[in-house]
Amino acid sequence: MSEKTKKSLKIVSQKEIGKDIYSMWLQADEMADAARPGQFLSLYTRDGSKLLPRPISICEIDRENRRIRLVYRVTGENTGTEAFSRLHAGVPVEVLGPLGNGFPLQEAEGKRVFLMGGGIGIPPMLQTAKELHAEKTAVLGYRDELFLNEEFENFANVFVATEDGSAGTKGNVMDAIRENALEADVIFACGPTPMLRAIKTFAEEKNIPCWISMEERMACGVGACLACVCKSKEVDGHSHVHNKRICKDGPVFLSTEVEL
Amino acid sequence: MIKTAVNLAGVELKNPVMTASGTFGSGEEYSEFVDLNKLGAVVTKGVANVPWPGNPTPRIAETSSGMLNAIGLQNPGIDVFCERDIPFLKKYDTRIIVNVCGKTTEDYCEVVERLGNEPVDLLEINVSCPNVKEGGIAFGQDPKALEAITKEVKKYAKQPVIMKLSPNVTDITEMAKAAEAGGADVLSLINTLTGMKIDINRRTFALANKTGGMSGPAVKPVAVRMVYQVAQAVKLPIIGMGGIATAEDALEFLMAGATAVSVGTANFFNPYATEEVVAGIEEFMRRQHVEDISELIGAVK
Repeated sequence: MSEKTKKSLKIVSQKEIGKDIYSMWLQADEMADAARPGQFLSLYTRDGSKLLPRPISICEIDRENRRIRLVYRVTGENTGTEAFSRLHAGVPVEVLGPLGNGFPLQEAEGKRVFLMGGGIGIPPMLQTAKELHAEKTAVLGYRDELFLNEEFENFANVFVATEDGSAGTKGNVMDAIRENALEADVIFACGPTPMLRAIKTFAEEKNIPCWISMEERMACGVGACLACVCKSKEVDGHSHVHNKRICKDGPVFLSTEVEL
Repeated sequence: MIKTAVNLAGVELKNPVMTASGTFGSGEEYSEFVDLNKLGAVVTKGVANVPWPGNPTPRIAETSSGMLNAIGLQNPGIDVFCERDIPFLKKYDTRIIVNVCGKTTEDYCEVVERLGNEPVDLLEINVSCPNVKEGGIAFGQDPKALEAITKEVKKYAKQPVIMKLSPNVTDITEMAKAAEAGGADVLSLINTLTGMKIDINRRTFALANKTGGMSGPAVKPVAVRMVYQVAQAVKLPIIGMGGIATAEDALEFLMAGATAVSVGTANFFNPYATEEVVAGIEEFMRRQHVEDISELIGAVK
């Protein structure tokens, strides 16, 4: 049997760390042992009318206490994420994981690395920053209110961009790179598609190897249903067309592998 | 000793529980969660004569107690399927049922003929996928077309043929009779119900394909009704499906007249569902002192 399992995990703690942004620690045991930065967990609500699991990226892994931290955004009223946000410490939640491939840390060991996160794409970069031994620069993009940025300070040089200019560079992560004349040999990134598209273009122009973590509507989370595909440059190994499965072949892809 | 084995057109299955096409790949992904040896059969995702890329994303949307999908039958084509997927499934002690899709009658027949020399137990002909523009559903919504393609496929098939019926028709018994007249050996129903979801914030369709096939627990009563109607109308064995998530759900289908059942969407919210349904049926039989599962099949008249 593989390391993927579906089981009930107890919530250790949960709190709101920004507007609609929640931080939840789960007692994950073997799932925490197996988890890698850039992977995700799928969480199930206890509402039978909401069938499908919600994929949420792993923000942090506490190997010693065998816990996993998820930082997620509540996406609206009556959503699955809103249901999760109402759960208290001690309550069990059904979880499938760990899923996906994660960031290839070995590709960046000892190098100058950008860890780029945009909005709710920021959380997975935290464990990546924790585990990666390299010269790390975190470039974090927000709409307005900051979250997690102080925690990155422990592991990387941190640069922030806000759309409203309330902190750091006014604009996006690319503006922060230009304004601060930042340089890197490798890029790891997670965020909204327009941001990933800009980073992919930047990396390919500068010939920097770049891995991006992608997102799409998912059903099974394990590579069977073929819902969450993205366009790939080369013929994919599963269906022999140009569709990679984000849940199984990804969510992290070399930027040159995929079309955005 | 309770007897759970059932017979579909001369093929014995150790129990009536199988997977629903398109929800279980060719078994590899879910073999990390369930022991495929415990299942009556694995029904593969539809395979065509050549690779199909499927539809643009988003391909799925959640609905209340259900979901819509418009994958569009993405598949690697019969060559890769025969080299990779069939040998994988052969490692297990379970029956192999291959779901066949196509755009034209010739496409279907080419795949069916090719599978004649493969260690496959049954063929399921997908003439009811609502998510592809050509072929597929066009054969499944007109009794004459269904009878004709059934006859044609039967000419090439070495294995017994299951015709998978669409619920998107006025009278499913007419379709069942047409497939029977064309020489089908088994019927499977229901495929998904055509539906639509609107994303009001983006003012567009939730699915890139606009419409999708609805499945999940929400469709179960419709499916049970159709299985019952078809069981009254034809003599062929039936594989019942539509919203089965538990043994209780499966038993409803068996009592309505299905000889076997498929677990589909439930795999997505419970990757252990298939095995749990097998165990639950056995448990029910013990509790109710049922020695042979045939006592339950069509028990409701």
